[in-house]
Amino acid sequence: MTTTIQPILAARGLTKHYGRVTALDHSDFDLYPGEVLAVIGDNGAGKSTLIKTLSGTVVPDSGDIRLDGQPVQFASPIQARDAGIETVYQTLALSPALSIADNLFLGRELRRKGMLGKVLRMLDRQAMETFAREKLSELGLLTIQNIGQAVETLSGGQRQGVAVARAAAFAAKVIIMDEPTAALGVKESNRVLDLIREVKGRGLPIVLISHNMPHVFDVADRIHIHRLGRRIAVVDPKTISPSDAVAIMTGAKAPPEAGLAA
Amino acid sequence: MSRVSDPEKTAASDAAGAIASPDANRHTPAQRLQHFLHANPAAVPMIVVAVSAVVFAAAIGPKFYSAFTLTLILQQVAITGIVSAGQTLIILTAGIDLSVGAIMVLSSVVMGQFAIHYGVPGFLAVIAGLAAGGLCGLINGLLVSRVKLPPFIVTLGTWSIFGAITFIYSGNETVRSQEIDQTAPILHVFGNAFHIGHAVFTYGGVILMLVISALLWYALNKTAWGRHVYAVGDDKQAAMLAGIRTGRVLVSVYVVTGLICALAGWALIGRIGSVSPQAGQLENINAITAVVIGGTSLFGGRGSILGTLFGALIVGVFSLGLRLLGTDPQWTQLTVGALIIIAVATDQWIRRASA
Repeated sequence: MTTTIQPILAARGLTKHYGRVTALDHSDFDLYPGEVLAVIGDNGAGKSTLIKTLSGTVVPDSGDIRLDGQPVQFASPIQARDAGIETVYQTLALSPALSIADNLFLGRELRRKGMLGKVLRMLDRQAMETFAREKLSELGLLTIQNIGQAVETLSGGQRQGVAVARAAAFAAKVIIMDEPTAALGVKESNRVLDLIREVKGRGLPIVLISHNMPHVFDVADRIHIHRLGRRIAVVDPKTISPSDAVAIMTGAKAPPEAGLAA
Repeated sequence: MSRVSDPEKTAASDAAGAIASPDANRHTPAQRLQHFLHANPAAVPMIVVAVSAVVFAAAIGPKFYSAFTLTLILQQVAITGIVSAGQTLIILTAGIDLSVGAIMVLSSVVMGQFAIHYGVPGFLAVIAGLAAGGLCGLINGLLVSRVKLPPFIVTLGTWSIFGAITFIYSGNETVRSQEIDQTAPILHVFGNAFHIGHAVFTYGGVILMLVISALLWYALNKTAWGRHVYAVGDDKQAAMLAGIRTGRVLVSVYVVTGLICALAGWALIGRIGSVSPQAGQLENINAITAVVIGGTSLFGGRGSILGTLFGALIVGVFSLGLRLLGTDPQWTQLTVGALIIIAVATDQWIRRASA
């Protein structure tokens, strides 16, 4: 990655304290257009705090975030979302009793045109279901036939699919995925990895947080290694072995000099 | 979709949903029943109303199965039906409101005091009462959403507070029916009845309860607000991350319920004739009973207004039916108690369908 390309999402000097615990210690972050950037780090390294500052769930004590070169400040996930950053949470943030279509549009429902929508606030179910069906089939989630099906009737992988489809459908700039394969079996994990490639193929950059090295090395273009509250290296999965990446992550191996420049 | 509370539509979409679950044919009849009930929460109370009405009709004969008796049931459940419509909203958000009865009585006392003692025109007295109900709901809602106290504790407190304010404010005095008729007949409007043959329909009983239920059904199923109410009750954290302002949804639910309780207070004046601070002492328990028997889950996110309407009717059918059979009123209490336990046990069983 050369310096002539501007990162789509960048952070400099992010710091966050929880009481006396330092979760983020002047951490940097760069995501370039069209790439899958994996973020790895040991438990407690602060990677989830880093991701939360980018998705608006946590407000950093100091440091700045730039989206498309413009400085941004997110006080809530809603603001990050409005700015074009969609997050697929580890918990998925789906409402199990509601349908697939209702979940896709949760918090941004479409209303009927004219008096029905303006005065009676009536939902435009048909438009929402058509859109939902379109988005799910675009991502190859055709096994889900009935868009009116409650999310709780779906398998774990299908639910992940719905959450990813929601993010992909509405993300204007960036998708953040937090441990999307952690709760899934081998077959379903592979489907989700395909889904990540599919979304990337459509030009959306993805931040992937994962503990699973085979998955990270399978789909990532670059790997951001987080340690002790900061980014200590960015490595290329094609030139480094998974065991070396883990060694850098745990401090057993010094980060490569070139890593920070990348 | 209307998976949560539209029996006809969901039955159809369930049939289509079978395509997505290849193991649908492996289910036993009991499991299929479980899934059907899971998708149609109002089905159980509807069946119970129908069956119990048929059984009582068979046991009592034409005395029960008359237009007069059946409309009497509607009149007797009216107040509980209105209050429990509001209670349904609260319970759908995984909350509970113990103060609904107290809000209802406080609102009716405010209407009576304004109209009779302050000499305010009747409709303004009604507006003052509605405002009092809305304010009570707002206090509950803010304590639940902003101070983040458990709804049970908040409304246990406000139940006592609103009740005490009612007695202090009214000086524990009843406003008599004649006084109301002379100065503010509008307060009695829901007591007026019209007759179709032997059927007696009070406005409070038929119209207000049905209109409120219909409006809430529409709001819950056809508007974004309704979807948000279900989402907040289902999984509040998920709803928040999905971009729903959960605090606002909660406050709105408590305020709407406060207003509905005030409307019930207005209807209560029509029903009992006078304005009494002693009235409706058990209305909070009656409302929770109707909601629970109506199949709405106390864990939130599941249930329907239609179910609550049936729940209120079940209590009404049993109360009147057992009375016409000449049994001791304690048998009614015993039966209602058993129904609550059976309803919650059924809910638990149905919820397992999703696991």
